[in-house]
Formats: sequence, C-alpha cells, structure tokens
Amino acid sequence: MNLYSIVTAPLLGTGATPALHAADRFLSVPVSIAFWVVTAVVIAIAVRRTNRNLDERSVPLMGVMAAFIFAAQMFNFQVAGGTSGHLLGGVLAAVLLGPWAATLVMACVVAVQALVFSDGGLVVMGANIFNMGVIGTLGGFALYLALAKVLGGENRGRIPAAAVAGWVSVMAAALAMSLELIVSGTSPAEIVLPAMLGVHAFIGIGEALITAAALAFIATTRSDLLNLRPDRAAALPA
Amino acid sequence: MSGDVTSEEETSVTDENGSTTGGDPLDGPVNKTSRLGRWWWMAGVAIAALVVVVLAPLASPDPDGLERVAEDQGFIDRAENFFSGLLGDYAIPGIDDPAVSTIVSGLMGVAIVLIIMFALGRLLARRRV
Repeated sequence: MNLYSIVTAPLLGTGATPALHAADRFLSVPVSIAFWVVTAVVIAIAVRRTNRNLDERSVPLMGVMAAFIFAAQMFNFQVAGGTSGHLLGGVLAAVLLGPWAATLVMACVVAVQALVFSDGGLVVMGANIFNMGVIGTLGGFALYLALAKVLGGENRGRIPAAAVAGWVSVMAAALAMSLELIVSGTSPAEIVLPAMLGVHAFIGIGEALITAAALAFIATTRSDLLNLRPDRAAALPA
Repeated sequence: MSGDVTSEEETSVTDENGSTTGGDPLDGPVNKTSRLGRWWWMAGVAIAALVVVVLAPLASPDPDGLERVAEDQGFIDRAENFFSGLLGDYAIPGIDDPAVSTIVSGLMGVAIVLIIMFALGRLLARRRV
C-alpha cells in the first residue's frame, strides 16, 4: 500500500483535472444533444437486436466483459511524451459478443463511469458512448470482419484483424472527438486534429496489444467462447 | 430453440466437470476446453479484480490523450461536469490513501457493471418481445 501511495501520489494528490473522459463543458449543448440522440437510437436498436439474438450462454460473458473493460480503463499505460492512454475495448467486446450486445456493454461501462465516478460528463455521455463504444463495436467490428475475411477467416485471422481494428477504432474515436471539439468551438481544427490523432496513434498500439492478448487468452483457455456470437452460432451446423 | 439453449446451460451448470457432451455443435476442440466450466467465469472476474488491485494504482499519472491535448491547447479549464458523481474521481469519502480509494472504488465499479450486464443479459436472453 505504501508503494502504491508513493507511486500514485503525484496523480491523486494534486486534485487537478482527474476526469479522464470528455467533460460536459468540452462540447457545446447542440453537439451534446445531437450525439445523445444518435447514441440513444443505437442503444435502442442494440436492445432489440440483442433481445432477438442473444444466446443465454453469452450472458456471463457480457458481465465479465463489462467488468474487465471497466477495470482495464482504470489502468492508464504510459505512452510517449508525458501522456498516458487506456483501453477502449469496443472491438474486443464485439468480436466476442457481436456488435449489439457489445454496444450495451460499452454503454453500461461509460454510464457507470459518469454516473458513479464523474469520469466523463452526463451531458456529453451520448458523445462519450458513441466515441468510445459505438465506433468500436459497430465500425471497428465491421472492419474486423472484413480483415478477417481477407486473412482467410476468423479462425486464422482473428488476432491480427482484431488488433488492426482496435488501433483503427482508437484513431476513429480520436477523430470523432476532434470533430466534436471543432464543431463545438472548443479548439480549432488545425490544432486539435494533429494533436489528437498524433497521440492516439500511440495509444491505439496499447489497444491493439490488449485486444490481441485478451483474445489469445480466451482462444487458449475457452475457445468455445469464440463461437457464442449470434452470427457465428447461426453459421454452425445445428 | 431457446428451450434447447436453456436445458443445455442447466446441464453445464449442474455438472461439476463441465462435460457438456450433449448438443454442443462445436464438439471437437470444445469439449477439451469447456472442462474449465464455471471456473472460467470466476477467473474472468478475478482477472478484472486483479487489474483493479494491482494495475490501477500503478496507472500512469500522466494525462491521457484527450487530457493532454486539452492541457496543451488550453481548454482543460473546461474539464467540469455538471453532476459530480456519487464517488467523484474514484475517491471514497473517509479513505485518505488514494491507492486504497482507487482500489475500493474500482472494485465497486467492477461489481456494479458486472451485476447490471448480467441482469440485463438474462432479461434480454429470456424474454423475447
């Protein structure tokens, strides 16, 4: 415990800006509302699709994925230049659960972070769920499927495809956040775009490594969990 | 269809060895790995808890990507939320040690999302609307 205190004192002792996700005043009210609307629609679709397709055997995996992603987002790893980053986890969740159940997992994690721990604002929560969740679970997952196909199927290409999709999802999240900041008038494009994309190119490597490691762990310990996703289960001989 | 799934889950839960022989369509490699049965889930939760207990207090104190840009570009002063949360900034009232606070709040967060997703998952998997 003392070691922990020494290590973490510089962070937690200062009391300065500890919130990690986008805060309420980062985005203008119209931008915040627009993203709440988009996110609410996506969540509604996710609830319906999950209700239709969810295999009961993947329920525990939904819980464990939410727990792991919540925990992993508390661990900021070091990247270059006095900056840190953390896992998003959308691609990882979608590879295992499918895009819709994964969207619910990400929304749950981001909502609990905001409601209980004030990590990210409530007004900007729609944007935070969209950036850190939906982009990975829908966009990142679509890219994952395309890459896996090119690599000769998911069983052969799962890990490299997920790693690349994870990196791209972080870059896309950074791009979306940048555009939201620009439209909100928080920061001009020529400044925020290169800064956000530059630093997240490194953070995305962490996303790729953690996503690959988690999938490799599951492939070795419980490879049956790789077939719970509704579209994979449907493709299997019954 | 959903009836099949239910009965299958029940056998695998009640069977200590987790030998889900019956209807699993992925027999070959699956039977070997599913021996881990329910222990795998406990291991999954344990890994999440370990990340909180071991890694979260050792997290880099440096600002994350967005925070770094906000600091450099001078909009970090906007880092305010209208609602400060029940346990704002992962701090527990009455616990002075920041590492202990981080660990306790992290374990609470892990438990909360685990329970919510498990409950929601069960609800969505069982009741077709």
